[in-house]
Amino acid sequence: MKKVQMHKKVSISILVLLALSAPCCMAQEKDYCVECHKTLDGSAKEPVDKISHDVHSKRGLSCADCHGGDRTKEDFDEAKDPAKGFIGRPKRNEIPGFCGKCHSDPAYMRRYNPNIQTDQLAKYMESQHGKLNAQGDQKVAVCISCHDVHGIREKADPRAPIFITNAPMRCASCHADKEYMKDYSIPTDQMEEYSHGVHGEALLKKGDRGAPACHSCHGSHDAALPRAIAVGNVCAQCHSLTRDLFAKSPHKAAHDRMGIPECEACHGNHKIARTSDEMLGTGPGSVCEKCHKEGSSPYIAATSMKTSIETLKGDIKDTESMVKDAERMGIEVSETKYFLDEANNSLTKSRTYVHTFSKETVAGIAKEGIDLALKAKDKARKAIGEFNFRRKWLAAVIGIILLLAAVLYLKIRNMEKT
Amino acid sequence: MTELLIKKIYNWVDERYQVTDLTGFFTKKTVPVHKHFVWYYLGGITLFLFIVQVATGILLLFYYKPTAAEAYESVKFITTKVEFGWLVRSVHSWSANLMVFSAFVHLFSTFFLKAYRPPRELTWVTGSGLLFIVMGLGFTGYLLPWNELSFFATKVGTQMAGAVPVAGEYLRTILRGGDEISDATITRFFALHVMVLPIAAVSLLGLHLIMVQFQGMSEPLSSAKDPVKKTMKFFPNFLLRDLVVWLLILAGLMVLSIMFPWELGKKADPFAPTPFGIKPEWYFLWMFQTLKYIPAKIFMFDGEVLGILGFGAAGVGLVLLPFIDIWARREKRNPVFSILGVFTIIYMLFMTYLAYFGPQK
Repeated sequence: MKKVQMHKKVSISILVLLALSAPCCMAQEKDYCVECHKTLDGSAKEPVDKISHDVHSKRGLSCADCHGGDRTKEDFDEAKDPAKGFIGRPKRNEIPGFCGKCHSDPAYMRRYNPNIQTDQLAKYMESQHGKLNAQGDQKVAVCISCHDVHGIREKADPRAPIFITNAPMRCASCHADKEYMKDYSIPTDQMEEYSHGVHGEALLKKGDRGAPACHSCHGSHDAALPRAIAVGNVCAQCHSLTRDLFAKSPHKAAHDRMGIPECEACHGNHKIARTSDEMLGTGPGSVCEKCHKEGSSPYIAATSMKTSIETLKGDIKDTESMVKDAERMGIEVSETKYFLDEANNSLTKSRTYVHTFSKETVAGIAKEGIDLALKAKDKARKAIGEFNFRRKWLAAVIGIILLLAAVLYLKIRNMEKT
Repeated sequence: MTELLIKKIYNWVDERYQVTDLTGFFTKKTVPVHKHFVWYYLGGITLFLFIVQVATGILLLFYYKPTAAEAYESVKFITTKVEFGWLVRSVHSWSANLMVFSAFVHLFSTFFLKAYRPPRELTWVTGSGLLFIVMGLGFTGYLLPWNELSFFATKVGTQMAGAVPVAGEYLRTILRGGDEISDATITRFFALHVMVLPIAAVSLLGLHLIMVQFQGMSEPLSSAKDPVKKTMKFFPNFLLRDLVVWLLILAGLMVLSIMFPWELGKKADPFAPTPFGIKPEWYFLWMFQTLKYIPAKIFMFDGEVLGILGFGAAGVGLVLLPFIDIWARREKRNPVFSILGVFTIIYMLFMTYLAYFGPQK
């Protein structure tokens, strides 16, 4: 009885082992799309060359999953049989729908990436690109214009054309091309301007990935020109406090009434210059003077705000110079520096609160900073005084020591003489 | 009246402890006078700076907190809040460096004057032992402010200790109190700095001074054979001269401490990468630089291990010098030793120069 049971166990084990090893022993199905195209030349071979780093290929999708047909058939006609869903190469304006087939299907996309958005096609159709595409424009951007084709990389991959630091160049590949854009009657200097602006310099020169690229303001799939009234909201994505202050200021109603873009009116759009105190008040570089006449109440407020900020800056500068002197003298000034840092924070805050356009508010914040700077200045002055005291003290001590040494020396001489 | 009282107290003490015998010894003791006389002051200068170290060290102990979390803040507190704390700390740091310097000069002067000749072999042995203790005090004290420079220099220094053959790993772990420089390191460095090494220093210094007093100052070979010997009374003539020199050193120390206060630097961040160009204290630099130039492999041996072994052998050779220089024992001068001494000084200066101003690897 025991022997029979033993045989049974051995047989079951062998069957289980065979079943488990079956898949690895079976010949892998050949993908004849790849097999055939890799023997070809030029553009027919290119998809095979690029597919190795393609995000779809990495997730196990093959040519037939997008283009249809039967990849298991070696025979040309069988593989490209329209009855088996073969689409072939879609026309340019069909591409959004071609990609959207899967990318608009949440159930399908969840199998690969549960977090991916599936509204790209809908957004695209609402965008300027999508609208022109729907009208049959064969030049307008479609999915592959930005994402590439076959060698598509994820957007977090620094080699991807839509990676944040590469994205502006991708947009510029069409939008900066005068010849390509000649039919659209829109400017082609955006990239040139952006790259010289504060945002472009931060992203492209410093590699600051927190800085905005084109799509940060214009959207990506739903790319469009922000309307004048919406410009403030676009900037507010990052500059939220400034936007809130502006929204509560008298400027808000005036801008709305006159249809003037909020932030852009003073700061520009693509070539947003680094802000400076010269933009405030009067004098060269002033943006206030563009709209407000001398003697008017806003003009006086602008002058007053500038004076508050300049006074604070002056006090900080004086104190910094004294702190540096004290440091050079070897006096510990970390506490003094703390007050100076706080004064600098007040300076930053007062510059932001300029967007309230209230001279009282800016003066109040500047006053806090001036008080802190004066506190720091007082400490720095004491530190320098301490050094001078040390020097005097040193002179006295050295004098006493040398006097003692001289007395001793004379004592020795006198002693040795006698 | 006062004189009478002093005399009474003196007599009272003398009856019990025979002080007159001791003062009699000092009044009879003489110091040879010759053209190299000036070098006799170096030992006294080192002793004076050691006394300054002990005095300022005790004052610092009132406020210093030997933990990784509080050390830097406590030193900052000393320099900013404690009355004259800045001066005490600055004097302690300057005096430490001057003490190492004067100890080296004292060693080389006694070396070239061949003061280690019989019967003063053990004076030399205790003296060279004191030099190592002084360097140990410098090494352990350097970490205590827990600033960036000292933290990483100690990291490099203890790493070098790890290259000692056989016991290197243990030595490094014992020094650090673990795998890394941490709270355990600062507490043990503190214990070494304020207890173990000072006790060792005072004991050895006591022996060294007793030997010097008992055997008197060594006369250099050049004047030992002079038919007419000039001498000076130790007490009070030489001692008063010593006092003048000490006062001048004190004045110099005050100028340095006040005009160039010792910086505290940035607080150490154990998680930060080692800053570029980190160096140990200047008196270790020549060894540090030498190890940089030794190839990684010499035949089948590890270059760094050979370097460490070389320094160890040099240290042993230094201590045993009175027994190696058999010519000096016969009151003769062998130029090989003088050339070796000059070469060592030039080598140490050149390597230190390279460490500061040479190409930074």
